[in-house]
Amino acid sequence: MARYDRAITVFSPDGHLFQVEYALEAVRKGNAAVGVRGSDTIVLAVEKKSTPKLQDSRSVRKIVNLDNHIALACAGLKADARVLINRARIECQSYRLTIEDPVTVEYITRYIAGLQQKYTQSGGVRPFGLSTLIIGFDPHTGTPALYQTDPSGTFSSWKANATGRNSNSIREFLEKNYTETSGQETVKLAIRALLEVVESGGKNIEVAVMTKEQGLRQLEEAEIDAIVADIEAEKAAAEAAKKAPATKES
Amino acid sequence: MMKIDFSGLDPSLPVKGNAEDLDDEILAAPSFKLPVTVDFDGFQKAAVQMVKPAKGTTTLAFIFKHGVMVAADSRASMGGYICKALLILNLYKINLYLAASQSVKKIIEINPYMLGTMAGGAADCQFWHRNLGIKCRLHELANKRRISVAGASKLLANILYSYRGMGLSVGTMIAGYDESGAGLYYVDSEGGRLKGTRFSVGSGSPYAYGVLDSGYSFDLSVEDAAELARRAIYHATFRDGASGGVASVYHVGPGGWKKLSGDDVGEMHYSYYPIEPTTVEQEMADVRIA
Repeated sequence: MARYDRAITVFSPDGHLFQVEYALEAVRKGNAAVGVRGSDTIVLAVEKKSTPKLQDSRSVRKIVNLDNHIALACAGLKADARVLINRARIECQSYRLTIEDPVTVEYITRYIAGLQQKYTQSGGVRPFGLSTLIIGFDPHTGTPALYQTDPSGTFSSWKANATGRNSNSIREFLEKNYTETSGQETVKLAIRALLEVVESGGKNIEVAVMTKEQGLRQLEEAEIDAIVADIEAEKAAAEAAKKAPATKES
Repeated sequence: MMKIDFSGLDPSLPVKGNAEDLDDEILAAPSFKLPVTVDFDGFQKAAVQMVKPAKGTTTLAFIFKHGVMVAADSRASMGGYICKALLILNLYKINLYLAASQSVKKIIEINPYMLGTMAGGAADCQFWHRNLGIKCRLHELANKRRISVAGASKLLANILYSYRGMGLSVGTMIAGYDESGAGLYYVDSEGGRLKGTRFSVGSGSPYAYGVLDSGYSFDLSVEDAAELARRAIYHATFRDGASGGVASVYHVGPGGWKKLSGDDVGEMHYSYYPIEPTTVEQEMADVRIA
C-alpha cells in the first residue's frame, strides 16, 4: 500500500487514488460547514474555532464572495482554499468580460471542480485539500442553487448538505428535518443543523445569508445569538410538550 | 522561428515552473509561427495592402420593431490585384473589377438564430464565422443555454484582435435574437466591436446608408423593412462597381432567421424604372429606290 501513495497519478491495485483519499481525510478534519437552499434564500453556516483574544476575527472570514451573486464556504486546508478562491474569482470576471454575462452557479462549480480534478492527474502536485459548498442565484432565471465539490473533482447539486467535521451526523439531521423553507426559516434550519455538532453560541458559528435582491449578508454575532436563543426556546417548548401529555395521562 | 509573445494578454502568469503545463489550457494565449522574411514589417504592410481593396461589397443590417433585417449583394471581386494585366483594355481610366463570381453567399448562417455578414476577405469571413458557430454550439452544450449575441460577437472580436496586424480582412456584422431581444454588432479585423441599430459595411456602404437612413423608422413592418433593405442594396449595386449580382434579404426574429428574398439587381432596376414606351414622332418608312 505504501508504494502506491507516492506519486499522485498512480492507481493502487484495487483502484484507489490514495492521495485523493488522504485529501478527503484532511477535509474530514476541517471545520464543519453547512449549506441549506430555501425557495428564496440560501444559507451557509460554518463552525468557528475559538478565536484567540488578540486575533482580528474579521481577517479570518470563512464564507467568501466569488461574485455579486455567488458565495463559497469550505472545509479543509484554508491556504489551498485561498488559491482556489482567487482562481475562481478571476474566472468569474473573465467570463463577464468575454461573454458579457455573469457566470451561472453551475458553471463556476464546474470550473472549480475541473481545477481540483486537474491537480489529481498531474505530475509533481498534490490535490487541493478542501471540499467547497457553493451557493448562488442563477443570473437569468433567479433560481437558488447549492453545489458541493470535493478533492477528487466531482460536484453535484444539493438541497442541503454538510462537509467537514462530523458532516455525516449533520447530513443525517438534515435528511430527517429538511423541508422547503424560505426566509428566516432557512436560516434557522441551517443553524439548527450546525448546532448538532457545534457548541451553541454566536461566537462559535459564522453565518451568511444570500438573497437575490441583497446578495450575500454576513450575520452579526448578536443576530446569531438571538436566533440560537430562539432555537433553544423552541427545543425546550418541544420537550415540555412531549412531557406534558404524559403527565396528564398518568 | 520567431513566435509572437502574447503574454501581455494573459490574465495571470503561471505560479511556479511545475504548474506551467497545468495552466496551459486555462491561460494559454493564441500564437503561431511567423514566416521567415528579411523585412517582416514591410512584408506585413504589403500583405495588408494586398487585401485592403478587396472589401468590394455591400452589406447592411438594422434593428427594428420586429427583430433584425440583414441584406447583402453577391458579387465577389478580386480587387485591383488581378486587374493590372487588363489595364490595356481600360480605356476610360475607371477601376475595372474582374467580377470573380456573381453568386457568393455573403450572409453566413452561424446558427439558427444568428447571422453574420461577409465583407473583406471571403475566406477569412467564412472560416471565422464557421469557427464562431462551433464556439457558440460548444457554449450551448456546456452551459445548457444559448449564447447571447453580445457574447458571440465578443468571442469573434477577441479572436480577430489577437490576429491584429497579421493581414486578416474581416468587416462583419453579427445579427441575432436572444433573451434580451434583437442584437446587432459590427466587428472588424482591426479588433473593433460596436453595438448599434443600423450598420452598412463594404465599398457600396455610403450609397446604402443614404437610402437606409432616409427611409428608416423603428416601427416599420416586416415587409416594409425588407423592401427598404432590398432598395438600399439595389442603389448601392447601381453606383458601386464592386457590388452587384443578387440582393439577398434575411429577417431575424424571435423564432430565428428566415430568408425573405433573393432578387437579381438587374431585374430590380427595371422593376423600379420600367422602360417607358417612347411616343413615336416619325416613323421611318421604306423608301423605294426608283
